[in-house]
Amino acid sequence: MSRSKGAIVGIGELKPQRLTSGVTTLEMIAEVSRLAVRDAGLEPAAIDGLLVGPQVGETPQHVPATIAEYLGLAPTMADVVDLGGASGAGMVWRAAAAIEAGMCEAVLCVLANNREEAAPRSPNRNPIREFDVPFGASGANISYALLMQAHMAEYGSTARDFAMIAAAARANAQLNPDAIFCGKPADVEAVLASPMIASPLHLLEIVMPVAGGEAVVVTSAERARSLPKAPVHLLGAGEKVTHRAVSQAPHLTSGPLKSAMARAFAQSGTQAGEMDLLSLYDCYTIMVATTIEDAGLCAPGQFGAWLNDHDLSHKGAKPLNTHGGQLGFGQPDLAGGMTHVVDAVRQLRGDAGERQIGKAGLALVTGNGATMSEATALVLGAA
Amino acid sequence: MSIDLNTLKTPGPTITALTKPFWDAAAEGRLTIQRCKDCSTAVFYPRPICPYCWSKRLAWHDASGKGRLKSFSEVHKPGNPGWLPAAPYVVGLVELAEGPTMLSFILPGTRSLQVGAMLRLAPTAIGGRVLPAFKQVEFGPEEKPK
Repeated sequence: MSRSKGAIVGIGELKPQRLTSGVTTLEMIAEVSRLAVRDAGLEPAAIDGLLVGPQVGETPQHVPATIAEYLGLAPTMADVVDLGGASGAGMVWRAAAAIEAGMCEAVLCVLANNREEAAPRSPNRNPIREFDVPFGASGANISYALLMQAHMAEYGSTARDFAMIAAAARANAQLNPDAIFCGKPADVEAVLASPMIASPLHLLEIVMPVAGGEAVVVTSAERARSLPKAPVHLLGAGEKVTHRAVSQAPHLTSGPLKSAMARAFAQSGTQAGEMDLLSLYDCYTIMVATTIEDAGLCAPGQFGAWLNDHDLSHKGAKPLNTHGGQLGFGQPDLAGGMTHVVDAVRQLRGDAGERQIGKAGLALVTGNGATMSEATALVLGAA
Repeated sequence: MSIDLNTLKTPGPTITALTKPFWDAAAEGRLTIQRCKDCSTAVFYPRPICPYCWSKRLAWHDASGKGRLKSFSEVHKPGNPGWLPAAPYVVGLVELAEGPTMLSFILPGTRSLQVGAMLRLAPTAIGGRVLPAFKQVEFGPEEKPK
């Protein structure tokens, strides 16, 4: 295995909520940042790198400066990572790279979102708005439904195959008291009986939007040694961005995560089959199906058989999204992708409590944005 | 779906000077797309430069109107409330015979849709404007797919 490229030494997470009232995103960022920096055992003044997400509708420009000022930070590296659901994973390697470049020593990576009752519709002006929306295709549901239909047509995958992913996420969420669907399990029959939203996509195959926040602190492996928590090392990363609109996707049944994961495995000298935890971005069931296949865990089209052969719970040989995934935990907008990083850190620290996996040496974390078009993969390793 | 699509209050295109030829042609029931004069690749959606070779020598050509269905979805819960009265309706990814893929509205036909179905341009008034929609090619007794 290759040397550490940097370490995650602190995590913070806000309990998801369906709605907030009179709370700004900035306030939530401050709360979750405090949790992560405290968890790292660092003083705020030690944070000299800041990576944040876009703040649609709140702060259109100068986002890092706005957040740094709010938090009282004066970072020597600050930037926006705008990769949709891949933003969280994308922050982790950027933080490590900035540290390695000598720009800073401890980077706060933070994403949060409020969710107010009457959110304004954004006045978009881009090719999707001009060439998809007028034909009746607004929003991500339809894009992922088109990807799912294409997979079914090409490989004969079934509605039941996909429903297994949602059911497994709900099952894992029962062990996470913070998950929005804790106490609300749903089996395959319940998923298949839920309303059709955009065929072949059922309601329970789609994440529930929530308010929330997630943050991690990244520092060098060397610095990590002097901090209280067991570091979780970044061993490899990969990224790829291929398109924005589903109509422009180069492939419908395989995505940019394929090459992002291949790079992350190559950098870390690992293989998909060696992972003790799969923390795979799951905005929709189809996303997990394609990622399992793109990772090489099974042949293209065979994810259904693979799911049938593996126990995806924390007790199984292939634990998948032990926090419940976003399908079980809820999707706090862009912070949703970071839940996969935070859960992997908990597991690799041996800190996951009731849902702790057995052997916890290596984790694959994936992030995905837009329409299976922005992809980041991380291989994380325990200390 | 039995409502008149033209009465829908759906969002129209956000037309720019660059894309106006596409929408002007659409209003006349034509589908016009760009083709690069340098690398000969057909381009959709319209751009100021060819996305394959970055040439600026793009010219408009009417497409054949033939396409193949790469995927489709029957939309029960539209993302935009203007589409609610039309639900469920079908949108699809149409691979044009010229090469590029566009998203379009797929009109109901007599047979159930399958990925791979052959499609034909079917200009349709939707929400107060004519859009380049598509419909499945209906094969008569003497016209069988090859």
